[in-house]
Amino acid sequence: MSIELHGVRKAFGSRVILEDVSLTVEEGETLAVIGYSGVGKSVLLKSIVRLLEPDAGTVTVDGQEVGLLAREPLLELRRRIGYVFQFAALFDSMTVFDNVAMGLRRQGTMAEREIAVRVRESLGLVELEGFDERLPSQISGGQRKRVGLARAIATRPRYLLYDEPTTGLDPVTTTVIDRLIRKMAKELGVTSLVVTHDMQSAYRIATRIAMLDRGRIRFVGTPAEIQQAEDPVVRGFIEGRPELAQEAA
Amino acid sequence: MQRTWTDPIAWVGRSAVETAAAFGRFSVFGARATRAIADARTWGRMLVVQMARLGVASLPIALFIAGFTGIVLSLQASYTFTGMVPEYFVGALVGKTIILELGPVLTGLTLAGRVGANIAAEIGTMRVTEQIDALETLGYDPVSYLVVPRVLAGLLMFPVIVAFANAVGVLAGWITALNLLDMSTPEFVRGLRLFFKPFDVTFSLIKAASFGVAVTAVGSHFGFHTMGGAEAVGRSTTQAVVVSSMLILVLDAFWAVILL
Repeated sequence: MSIELHGVRKAFGSRVILEDVSLTVEEGETLAVIGYSGVGKSVLLKSIVRLLEPDAGTVTVDGQEVGLLAREPLLELRRRIGYVFQFAALFDSMTVFDNVAMGLRRQGTMAEREIAVRVRESLGLVELEGFDERLPSQISGGQRKRVGLARAIATRPRYLLYDEPTTGLDPVTTTVIDRLIRKMAKELGVTSLVVTHDMQSAYRIATRIAMLDRGRIRFVGTPAEIQQAEDPVVRGFIEGRPELAQEAA
Repeated sequence: MQRTWTDPIAWVGRSAVETAAAFGRFSVFGARATRAIADARTWGRMLVVQMARLGVASLPIALFIAGFTGIVLSLQASYTFTGMVPEYFVGALVGKTIILELGPVLTGLTLAGRVGANIAAEIGTMRVTEQIDALETLGYDPVSYLVVPRVLAGLLMFPVIVAFANAVGVLAGWITALNLLDMSTPEFVRGLRLFFKPFDVTFSLIKAASFGVAVTAVGSHFGFHTMGGAEAVGRSTTQAVVVSSMLILVLDAFWAVILL
């Protein structure tokens, strides 16, 4: 069981974002995808759940080719994948409780009382007990991200996709979110793909790190391996030294 | 860049292509919404909420406009008829004009501003803040969840609002005739009944239902296809109001040709 991308290409008009991306996310691992802003990390993530359709290449989840799925099987597949959005994407007219319950209500397999138990359990996992009746506008940015995570894990998905989970957060809240990502992997056994440009976060949470650069995967390895990498583009990014990358270019 | 004599031709060509593409996009969206009607489990629980938001909440403004329209029609009819046509024709003009034309059309145009703009802004904001993407990742079809209940609420509630607006318009015309034109109730009612046909009400409600679908579908379409940020939401909202207002006038003429 894994997520596999082979030769994925995506362009918007004449602007090619992903040129030829091949990557495998193995079961049980937390893979961080790093890269400069605008390099196509979120596009990669959205291609996995077909929020964006690749122009070429294939995306396979649990052996199912995502691009070939009809509407209903696609919706069913999406229920197995939790997606944590960069800015949380909470439904602003709903309470925290209803936001977290949305996926469970859609599944239609639980009674409302069971849904309430699962919602409170999920909010407990992200340490937001007692926030049920608040509206998204009444909580902080970090809390919103945690509600977004609670919503993604409420259905107990097999995979979790995180889109820049720590962007815009203070260092303490960033550490809290990183710990939650590790906790989800450990306690729920989910396979995670985390898109980030925060290297400290990537080192803390990832079992492997992949670097996306100019539409291709430039490097894949463990956190220890990437710190030993000699590729100047990789070194330039992880050390925050643009001159190295410019020299390589 | 240097202007050439072919520029206007190129502009016409470009506009024609863009218009055809817009119709194509709207048709595809309409087909998707029609297919989504089968997914009643998703839109069912949202329908009543939307009927209340689109319908009940729109009643005050619709009745306000209908009331003043009735007053003005009554006074203008009296002014026009004085000395030439029997006074009781005021009732005929007020009733016929309100029910056949002004009730549905003025209500439709008002709701294009209120309901159409609201839908485009709400769905557009959901699009640019990734809430629609979030719906998809949770296994919902966003068209079933957002568009179908709004369009069905428009279809069902616009006729109800127009029925009330028609009643208030005629009532206001009657009260005006009694108090400002020295007419009696039997005189006004005589005029009202003179050219009245039950089909007039059916005609009015058919128009209202079609306006309801047009306003909500156009608002949903522009909201759903919003690309960008706050400025794009504003642009979608404006486009929704302009296009649905134009569509109301086109539909108004269409039903007159088809049904009268």
